[in-house]
Amino acid sequence: MDETFFSTYGWPALVMIGQSLLLLVCLLVFIAFILLADRKVWAAVQLRRGPNVVGPFGLFQSFADLLKFVFKEPIIPSGANKGVFLLAPLVGVTLSLATWAVIPFDENWVIANINVGILYIFAISSLEVYGVIMAGWASNSKYPFLGALRSAAQMVSYEVSIGFVIVTVLLCVGSLNLTDIVFAQKDGLGTMMGLPNSFLDWHWLSLFPMFVIFFISGLAETNRPPFDLPEAESELVAGYMVEYSSAPYMMLMLGEYAAILMICSLTTILFLGGWLPPFDIWILNWVPGIVWFMLKVVMIFFCFAMVKAIVPRYRYDQLMRLGWKVFLPISLAMVVITAFVLKLMGWA
Amino acid sequence: MGLQAIFFYLFAFVAVASAFMVISARNPVHSVLFLILTFFNAAGLFLLTGAEFLAMILLVVYIGAVAVLFLFVVMMLDIDFAELKAGVLQYAPIGILIGLILAAELVIVVGGSVLTPQAAQAITMPIPNPAERTNTAALGDVLYTNYVYFFQIAGLVLLVAMIGAIVLTLRHRTHIKRQDVSRQVARTPETAVEVVKVKSGQGI
Repeated sequence: MDETFFSTYGWPALVMIGQSLLLLVCLLVFIAFILLADRKVWAAVQLRRGPNVVGPFGLFQSFADLLKFVFKEPIIPSGANKGVFLLAPLVGVTLSLATWAVIPFDENWVIANINVGILYIFAISSLEVYGVIMAGWASNSKYPFLGALRSAAQMVSYEVSIGFVIVTVLLCVGSLNLTDIVFAQKDGLGTMMGLPNSFLDWHWLSLFPMFVIFFISGLAETNRPPFDLPEAESELVAGYMVEYSSAPYMMLMLGEYAAILMICSLTTILFLGGWLPPFDIWILNWVPGIVWFMLKVVMIFFCFAMVKAIVPRYRYDQLMRLGWKVFLPISLAMVVITAFVLKLMGWA
Repeated sequence: MGLQAIFFYLFAFVAVASAFMVISARNPVHSVLFLILTFFNAAGLFLLTGAEFLAMILLVVYIGAVAVLFLFVVMMLDIDFAELKAGVLQYAPIGILIGLILAAELVIVVGGSVLTPQAAQAITMPIPNPAERTNTAALGDVLYTNYVYFFQIAGLVLLVAMIGAIVLTLRHRTHIKRQDVSRQVARTPETAVEVVKVKSGQGI
């Protein structure tokens, strides 16, 4: 009895825990370097050097920051709602790390290959707003609260257009499984024109307007500049993070960067063909899929960092106008057009 | 089966406990947070029964959108809970009545399906085997193929309700400055700037 229980539940559970830990460690180290890359790109645009003291070229700056955050004293404001104040960063970081369970990094390199993978990511990332709202409310202070309100409205608004963009991709694919979405991009516009399999088959070309909308909505959804109104330092100091210090602050930042990387890898999977190589040549096929996946994620993140460096911040009414009056009608129209074309040409 | 039972009792217990906390928490914001926890556990229960699509939609719609608005409103309002709680006993009979009706209905539904399982099957759509048809596709069959007109009518009713709400709350204020992006973008130096030759010593 014991042995069957172990072989049916125990062993798979152990394997899954091992995989999750491996993914988490890799992801956190990757985030440490991506944070540094963000600062380096920002510095380079402004003709500065950026962090360059800790380690060669400042490579270990993020780890030094980690130590500093961990060893500092966490300060909880006396008027704060203590439980919710400490729960908020935990909620934020747990949810944004939980989405990674369904991301396929390569063929069969996925912890949970579930049927409704894309919906799972959409659902969990729509919960991430709670970390922000709870942090802002529990701080019991004006700036954090204003930041939280802005963030809640902003994330809810842009989720709508992100949802419609995802629907158009799903219409073309016919499955909610992330691995299926990547495989569906093996053939596409390029092969239809008689070219061999290449990067022209991926959805970015056939659904180009959606690709652009998804990228910009991704910036808004993760509170990145130019949509960083929840933490607009010129108006709200640091928005919902004002009262946080040491490890809880680090967790808020970690959750934010994990969410940003999530949007980058979602863009990769939905529009840039996931782990598929850009050309169907043996030497490129020989390179492991995870390398292509990472390269694409880093490329998208580079665009995120460049946008942060060169685009000025939106005003709040402009942000709302863009979300509701520009992106929503365009993406809604594209859903109808895509469905119409698919039905008319008999591709669906 | 053992593991499923453990998870069922876990989700069910947390759902019931947090539902109780919704009405007993002293702070209204805590109440809403417990409500969210209840929704979350309900999604877990859906997952256990194999209704993965419903579970995810519950997360997206109820937690991701409805509860956010709820939390928004409760945080903005300055609710004095002690004052609210003082009058709660005078509504108790109505509450008990509604509770009894709900309990009776649940007993009828559950008892009916236990006593005559075939009666429930006769009026519902046959459920396809999850291994052959994912439940996203199965729901799509029902909503968009078999009952598409009813679905469209339901959508229209919602649209009318939405337009009604907007019409009721819309007030168009005059005399305020609005930004018209297309006009701003269309401006050129010719339409925006006028070059005037000014005679020295005269002004315009």
